[in-house]
Amino acid sequence: MAFIPHTDEDIQAMLAAIGAPSIEALFDEIPAELRAGPLERVPERLSEMEVQRLMRERAEQDRQPLCFIGAGAYEHHIPAAVWELTTRGEFYSAYTPYQAEASQGTLQLLYEYQSMMASLTGMDVSNASMYDGASALAEAVLMAVRIHKSARRVLMPATVHPIWRRVVESIVKHQRIELVELPYCTEGGHTIPESLERFAGEDFAALVIPQPNFFGVLEDVDALTDWAHAHKMLAIGVVNPTSLALLRPPGEWGETGADIVVGEGQPLGIPLSSGGPYFGFMACKQAYVRQMPGRIIGATTDLDGKRGYALTLQAREQHIRRSKATSNICTNQGLMVTAATIYMALTGPEGLARVAAASHANTRRLAEQLDGLAGAEIAFARPYFHEVVVRLPRAANAVLKDMEAQGILGGFDLTPYYPELGDALLVCATETKSDADLAEYVQAFAKSLKAFDLSRFA
Amino acid sequence: MSNVPTDRRYTDSHEWVQPQGDGVFRVGITDHAQELLGDLVFVETPEIGRHVNAKQDCAVVESVKAASDVYAPIAGEIVGANEELSGTPETINQDAHGAGWIFEIKADNPADYDGLMDAAAYEALVASEG
Repeated sequence: MAFIPHTDEDIQAMLAAIGAPSIEALFDEIPAELRAGPLERVPERLSEMEVQRLMRERAEQDRQPLCFIGAGAYEHHIPAAVWELTTRGEFYSAYTPYQAEASQGTLQLLYEYQSMMASLTGMDVSNASMYDGASALAEAVLMAVRIHKSARRVLMPATVHPIWRRVVESIVKHQRIELVELPYCTEGGHTIPESLERFAGEDFAALVIPQPNFFGVLEDVDALTDWAHAHKMLAIGVVNPTSLALLRPPGEWGETGADIVVGEGQPLGIPLSSGGPYFGFMACKQAYVRQMPGRIIGATTDLDGKRGYALTLQAREQHIRRSKATSNICTNQGLMVTAATIYMALTGPEGLARVAAASHANTRRLAEQLDGLAGAEIAFARPYFHEVVVRLPRAANAVLKDMEAQGILGGFDLTPYYPELGDALLVCATETKSDADLAEYVQAFAKSLKAFDLSRFA
Repeated sequence: MSNVPTDRRYTDSHEWVQPQGDGVFRVGITDHAQELLGDLVFVETPEIGRHVNAKQDCAVVESVKAASDVYAPIAGEIVGANEELSGTPETINQDAHGAGWIFEIKADNPADYDGLMDAAAYEALVASEG
């Protein structure tokens, strides 16, 4: 059969067969006001040449400002080899490889990826990736509820990315799962383990533990993990993979380690490209592997004794298990994982540790210069990774606008999400920032605050 | 042709049911079913004490490429589960009708057993499924 759309004759023949006078007649049932008309805001088509010209003009508008926004998406140096190799024809598939046994190269790569992620997180097993970090956290919540059986409530600190929390809420609320928000210490920007005591004795499936948290602050993960386990809850770690090159892996938190670990894989070789695509990672203890969504690749030997790779755990995926799948959105981000695996293989543990250390050092240098500058101050006196909260004497969005005019994306405005902090920015400096970049930031920042100072007395 | 013992009865969803006395019945999947599924990698047994209706799914057997429900052949309370299978699911491939049993059920009405297929009827069913 040729894959050619039906011709006018085909359409006429089909209509005649069912006795309908026209295609329009097939939609008679639908009230006219519900029908969508022509798409008014979609422009006319363009030729290839016109598209090229348009894209060039748009690219020129993008002045490549210096970016100090983190808040879940981080600019890191990506070695040229990463995408040179990732976009080779042998790997270049945007979506989940479903006929995976046929592509041994892809399976081997996923196997390597899983091994690296398990090692990085200190967990027994990793799946082959998920849609993004936020939905991976939602899946971890669902997984914890499946494992726990009796509780449908989960403790969710306010220090978890606010947008991730909304994503999780959207996904789990329809399954009658309740997220109970944990407040944070407004001096330290962290969750106080003692504040959990009021939930002791109540039935919760899990405690979510971000490390570093959304404010960049390090949480007391050992105390939180042990508290969760002492109260028959699972501990779900939410981590930045770069930070794991320096920080103790979740598998070693507290007495027995976190049970499930998720996070956003974007820092591992995925560029900031206008918001996507990203990928989520998920790892867990061996005991919970059957409740983990997604797939696991195993290594084996074939009849001739040669090494081969096979999907060893996928029976609970939706294409096999349908309505009883562990998850129906455990979409595997194959291409992003390919890039991340090559990135990790190229940088190695020492390289990743250097990236993490340089990011921390740059953020520290910046924070020290901003603290006390023109009425600004670093909000939390706690250890941090590569992001800090800066309190401002002026509206955060106005400061950001001023800095943007000076070619700098100054940070993430926290005001709409954490009004109790007052005017505050979340600022991130990674290893990509030079001393000159930091100096430029400080100058633009000071200028924006001083301009405000002067205007007050004008 | 797979082996179909005559000391028990069968369901059209390929479970076997063997009386243990006192209204208790042992349940597993047939040799024919394990052949179709291939190498089993996981068995989820039902919780002891749970009450199930006839034809209700209560256990899961997973092979590399499929996860299949196992149905309660008759209504009753789950009174036993073969915990050995959690470590060695391949026992079902090796001995589906013996050591590969999955759970035991105490029937609400032991006479329900008589309504199930005998070995000959089950063999005919398998033959008709080709």
